[in-house]
Amino acid sequence: MSRVSARSAQKLAMVCIWGAGVITVFTVLSIIGYVLVRGLPHISWSLLTTLPKGGLSGEGGISSSIVTTFYLIAFTMVILVPLGIGAAIYLAEYAPDNKLTRLIRYGVETLAGVPSIVFGLFGFALFVTALHFRFSILAGALTLVCLLLPTLIRTSEEALRTVPRSHREAALALGATKWQTIWRVILPAAIPGIVTGGILCMGRAVGETACLYVTMGGSAAMPTSLLSGGRTLSMSLFYLATDTNAIEKAMAVGVVLIITIIVINAITNWFSQRFRARMAGGA
Amino acid sequence: MDAKMETRQLGFYYGKRQALRNVSLKVPDNQITAFIGPSGCGKSTFLRILNRMNDTIPGVRLEGEVLLDGQNIYGPCVDVVEVRKRVGMVFQQPNPFPKSIFDNVAFGPRVLGMDRNVSLSDVVEKSLRAAALWDEVKDVMGKSGLALSGGQQQRLCIARALATEPEVLLMDEPCSALDPQSTLRIEELMDELKERYTIVIVTHNLQQAGRVSDWTGFLLLGELVEYGKTSELFSRPRDKRTEDYITGRFG
Repeated sequence: MSRVSARSAQKLAMVCIWGAGVITVFTVLSIIGYVLVRGLPHISWSLLTTLPKGGLSGEGGISSSIVTTFYLIAFTMVILVPLGIGAAIYLAEYAPDNKLTRLIRYGVETLAGVPSIVFGLFGFALFVTALHFRFSILAGALTLVCLLLPTLIRTSEEALRTVPRSHREAALALGATKWQTIWRVILPAAIPGIVTGGILCMGRAVGETACLYVTMGGSAAMPTSLLSGGRTLSMSLFYLATDTNAIEKAMAVGVVLIITIIVINAITNWFSQRFRARMAGGA
Repeated sequence: MDAKMETRQLGFYYGKRQALRNVSLKVPDNQITAFIGPSGCGKSTFLRILNRMNDTIPGVRLEGEVLLDGQNIYGPCVDVVEVRKRVGMVFQQPNPFPKSIFDNVAFGPRVLGMDRNVSLSDVVEKSLRAAALWDEVKDVMGKSGLALSGGQQQRLCIARALATEPEVLLMDEPCSALDPQSTLRIEELMDELKERYTIVIVTHNLQQAGRVSDWTGFLLLGELVEYGKTSELFSRPRDKRTEDYITGRFG
């Protein structure tokens, strides 16, 4: 290849890469910008604090959705985190390397890619119908747990596996048992990765709509217990946009969702940076 | 001599590959015993057998006996954790935990559940003093162990091992990742420590074995070629292969 054509190839590559970058950034910013511009003017204190009227009116606020979302996420995480970390510890530390383990791991990976509505149908059949939880926060949360477990298990197992072997050996050589080694050395070292995975799941749970549509019913009332039905923010957005003419209000809910995700991401970044600094010997 | 540890017809396999064959020797009490040999000769394997660290590797098999104070540590009723408490280990790469200096040293006493009458900070101070690190870290005990220099990290690992009050200290090429000055520091430390501990060291560095050890074993292809007083082994090797190795003809 001559000098000149190498140089033009370099120029062409630059143009393509810049183009890709600009298009991506432009797309993302336009979406967020569009939602913000249309939604922000309609955000008000009364929107956040009054109950929706429900039905096809599209009137009222979204207070019950905020509360429902909060309950749902909190309950989901309470079940999801111990279960997911436990399974990850089993897979990373205890499971023998055999056919069964490989099958489990393959299953986990497959489930992580299954569309959420499929989990929704499963949750509807098992939790809503067979177990008589009806349309409820409980049924929705358990369905979300099923949906998110594969993701949390995978990220946590990855985090556990990246803890250097030398840490394990050091602990064992000091007379620590296997469990002490896991609890006192491996788990703390893996915490940043596990937390990142957990918060990723939280973000997904906030945005999830399809599988909750068939497990939580969509009642506009304020939830009173785990067995109450309800609508999360994303579900509210869906109803407002499809069943009513309150498209501006739907945009406002979109803004609330975007801000929630931004806050969750900011917390993730802050947390993992702080931890990484401490691990590297800063603190 | 009083044997602290002893191996009898020791053989060791990684799967089908034999890493050690028929190694029988005695490790004398309160002395430094060094093992030398080219890469892959089985010296690290041998060291890791002495505190059952190789148990963590799948598919390994051991033949023969390994005695600690006359008792087979591979016997049926032996508690591995107890063995590792009595036989401590320092690794080739300094491997402090990503915890504070204090927590690093306190790790062993904490997991082993120590005597209520002794304060943890006393144990930590004593261990750091014994590892000749106290003066350098006493004001920064809350700092991460990883913030120390390589040589300091290795002494921290030694302090951490000493805090469990082992009887034997195994050192797997403890200076190979360190600069000459830190190496010298650790060698001096070993000389002090042998008053109270039996030390077994594996080293790539022949000069180091000659400087610090009382006894030396030469391993080649999984076989113990020669074992004797360091002064004799280096000045009058009985085996031609030992002579070739220590005069630098191979390895």
